This record gives sequence, C-alpha cells and structure tokens, in this order.
Amino acid sequence: MDRNVASPLPLPARVWQRPRLCKNAWLRWGLTLAAAAYLVLAVGGLDINWARVSEGLVRAARLFAGFLQPDFNSRWDDIRQGLIESLTMTVCATVFGLVLALPIGLGAARNIAPLWLYGICRSIIALARAFQEIIVAILFVAMFGFGTFAGFLTLSLSTIGFLSKLIADDIEEIDPAQVEAIRATGGGFWQVMDYAVASQIMQRFVGLTAYKVDINFRESSVIGIVGAGGIGATLNTALDRYEFDSAAAILLIIIGIVMLCEYASGWIRKAMA
Amino acid sequence: MLVIDDLSKQYATGDTALRGVSFTLQPGQLLGLIGPSGAGKSTLIRCVNRLVEPTGGSIRLRDVTLSSLSGADLRKARRRIGMIFQEYALVERLTVMENVLSGRLGYVGFWASWFRRFPEADIERAFALLDRVGLMDHVDKRADALSGGQRQRVGIARALAQDPELLLIDEPTASLDPKTSRQVMRLITELCAERGLAGIVNIHDVELAQMFLPRIIGLRAGEIVYDGPASGLNAEVLTRIYGEEDWKKSSQSEEETDSAPAGVASLSLDPAAVR
Repeated sequence: MDRNVASPLPLPARVWQRPRLCKNAWLRWGLTLAAAAYLVLAVGGLDINWARVSEGLVRAARLFAGFLQPDFNSRWDDIRQGLIESLTMTVCATVFGLVLALPIGLGAARNIAPLWLYGICRSIIALARAFQEIIVAILFVAMFGFGTFAGFLTLSLSTIGFLSKLIADDIEEIDPAQVEAIRATGGGFWQVMDYAVASQIMQRFVGLTAYKVDINFRESSVIGIVGAGGIGATLNTALDRYEFDSAAAILLIIIGIVMLCEYASGWIRKAMA
Repeated sequence: MLVIDDLSKQYATGDTALRGVSFTLQPGQLLGLIGPSGAGKSTLIRCVNRLVEPTGGSIRLRDVTLSSLSGADLRKARRRIGMIFQEYALVERLTVMENVLSGRLGYVGFWASWFRRFPEADIERAFALLDRVGLMDHVDKRADALSGGQRQRVGIARALAQDPELLLIDEPTASLDPKTSRQVMRLITELCAERGLAGIVNIHDVELAQMFLPRIIGLRAGEIVYDGPASGLNAEVLTRIYGEEDWKKSSQSEEETDSAPAGVASLSLDPAAVR
C-alpha cells in the first residue's frame, strides 16, 4: 500500500523505509485507534471519590509526620528480636537453598544432564517458582504455624527456584570448546565440571547468591506480615497499633540493611570479575 | 601407529560427514588435513579421541582399538592423545599454570585436581613446558589476559603436558595473524620432532600446510581425494579437493597484493569458473 508508485521521472530516487511491525496499514491504524479509544473510555470510567481521597491524604500526612520522628526506643526490644529473626531466616534459607539448588541446577542444564534428569529438575524448578513468596508463606504458616520456621521454608523454596534456574541457564550458555578441551585431556566427569564448567559460571554464581541474600532479606520483611515471623511481623504489629513512629524506625532500618546488602553484593561481583 | 580403517560418521540430522576414510599414520609423522569447510576435517580428528562418536569403521592407536573403548578405558586412552584447538579452547578464567596442569587431569584424582595439588613432577613438567614455549613471565596470569599467539602456546603446552604420543591439531592458526601463524606452526613442528610425536593437523591455509607438513591428505565431502606428499599439491589436485578455481593466479598474486586486504587476491577469479 505504501510502496512507492512508479515515478514519471526517468531515474527515480530509490525510497527505503524500515519494515513496519504490522505490514497492513489498516491493521496498524486500526490498532492505534482502538488503543486510544480504550484509553479514553477507561479514564472516563474511573469513579474517583474525591472526598475519600482527601480523607486519605489527611491520614497519609499523619503517617508521614510519624515518619519524620522515627522512634527507635520504645519498641527496641521487639525490633531487635524481629531483626535477628529476619537475618537468621535470610542467612539460613540462602545457605540451605543454595545447597539444594546446586545439584538441581546441574541436573537442569540440558548440555550436561541426561534427558530424564533434566525433566525432573526442570519440573522441580517450575514448581518452586510457581507461586509468589507470600502465597507460599501463607501455606507454610498454615502447615507449621506462625513463626520463623515457616519463613525459613518459604525463603529456602524461593532460593531453590531462583538459583537453580539461573545456574542451569548459565551452564547452558557456557563455551562448549572449553568443555571439549578438558574432556580431550582424559579428565573425568567431575573434573570437567570443576575445570570447564564451574570456572566459567563461578563469578555469576557468587554474584547471584549475593543478590539473592539481598532479595531474601527484603522478602523476609514482607512474609512476616502474613505471619512468618521476623521484622515484617514487628512492622505489622506496629502498624496495627497505629504506632507510626515505631513503624518508621523499622522501615528505616530495613532500608538501611537493604542498601548495605546491595552495596556489598555489588562490591563482591566487582571483586570477582 | 595410528590406523584408521573405513571410518564413517553420519550425524543424527542425517548429514554424512565421513564416508569410508582409511589411512595409516607412521610414528613421528606429521599429516596435514586440508579440504573445504564442511568436508569433515574436524569430525575426523574428533573421531580419533572420541569427542565425536564414529558410526562405522575402526580406529587403532598402537594396540588399542580406540573406536570400541568406553568409560575409564576411554579416558586412559585420551591421556595419550593431545589436542590443540582453533580458538585455543583455554579455560579463560583459570591461570596459565592451571591450564597447563589441566593436561594432567587424566593422571590425577578428582580431589587432588580440585585442590590444585598436582604431583611435583607434573608441576616441574609444566614449568619446563612453559619455559619451552616462552611463557615463563605469564605463569600466574589469567588465560584471558594473553594475546592470541600466547594463548595458542598455552594450548600447545597443555597438550604436551599430557605426555601424548599423538597430537590432534584443529586449525591451529585460523585465529592468528600470518606471522604468528608461522611461528606457531614452526613451534608445533619443532616440538613434534623433538619428542618424536605423530600428529594430524587440520589446516585451511594450503601454503602454510605445504611449508610445514610433509604429508597431505585432501578431504572432500567426507572422502579422501588426495593422499601424498605436500609437493604433489598442484592446480589439478587442488581443484579435486576444493573445486574449480584459478589456483595459479591466486598464488602468484599473493606477493603483489600482500598489503591489500585479505580476500582481494581471491577475487581475481577466472570468469569461466564462476557458475
């Protein structure tokens, strides 16, 4: 349709256009118009209750006022307890998850595992990644009761899903020539794993683990809200009691630790390069 | 010492890479394997150390039938066959020394290799080899910090660390500049002569092959179409191996177009040859 028509000039300049995503101009404009019409209708359909918005703004102001004067002292014992729980949960779950994620990750790499093992390990990974942490935490809290154990299990499961999938994907992308070279020397299977595979993924692996520690700490504060213990539970209690100043203190501590973790994992990754 | 008999390889995709290849390699003999891309050169040398499984025929190294080995026996046989690769295939993140010592993996147990506790004799041998290939200043550098020529020297040292009796050399100079290519080929031929090693060298560069390798096998579409001395490579033989091309012209104009970009020389095609 938008091809250039034969020009009356004897030597027409050749026209070039980047190929369009939709070749059909009707379809292209139709989709654009439909999207615009939907946007207009959707905005028109919004039912905004300005009275409630203004009420909410007043409450938000109170909340922020509380945040401006964080109170670390009056609930310090609870906060300390929650922090220790969260950090314990984070470290234990990362280590435990890591130990299980390694063999699963090896088994889920198509270039080193036989098909049956690959199938099993990929299924485990899919299962471990199927649900969001909060849903898993609710399940484990229902199974094992309130407290850090449920949180530990939740984070372990998510660590397995995260690390084994990424390890497996990394292994599938290694340079096969290095594997070939080590096999050609007469090295055994585990020597090939050590020299040709581990050496290629180790840097990414350490970086991912450091990153997962950081994620797990953040998650530990979220799953606490559904009863899996840790600093999240403390935060939830503070909010339930309208103690916004204590809640602010907890949030500030979480922000501080997350930033610290992030800085540390960045540093570790750089040092490994 | 190496006897290849009626070797054939058909890939699972249905492509036939080798059909009925037979030849014998004498002790201490260096053999150049030439042929167009896809002729089966890589497949052939990988069948010898069984990185590729042959689908027919047999391969014997002295009194061992390589083509029927498996498991520990196969690994034991691989120790005596060193391999040198086109893109070096070094373990990039390990040091030069670790790369050379990895040639000893077939001789040491897993835990010894895991903790890098190689026997003193192995370390001594590795130092001697690094000295021989001129890399004593780079022992603890990481392999990815070296230049192409240096990396290929590490690759050569790794292959020799195995204490092999046969070398399989896959396009050793394909990633190197012309000067480095000659130096590497010279090093390989010298080392083979010093140690009385036999070797099969896959090589693209016909002139380089003629310069360094006494015996040439030409492979085309998985079949041997030439087996003879390097001096016998004339225009007729090259046409048999690679197909029609004005061989005289391109080799004559090599000197004159030295400064021209690569590929220009081969543009001087005989129009009749382009179909």
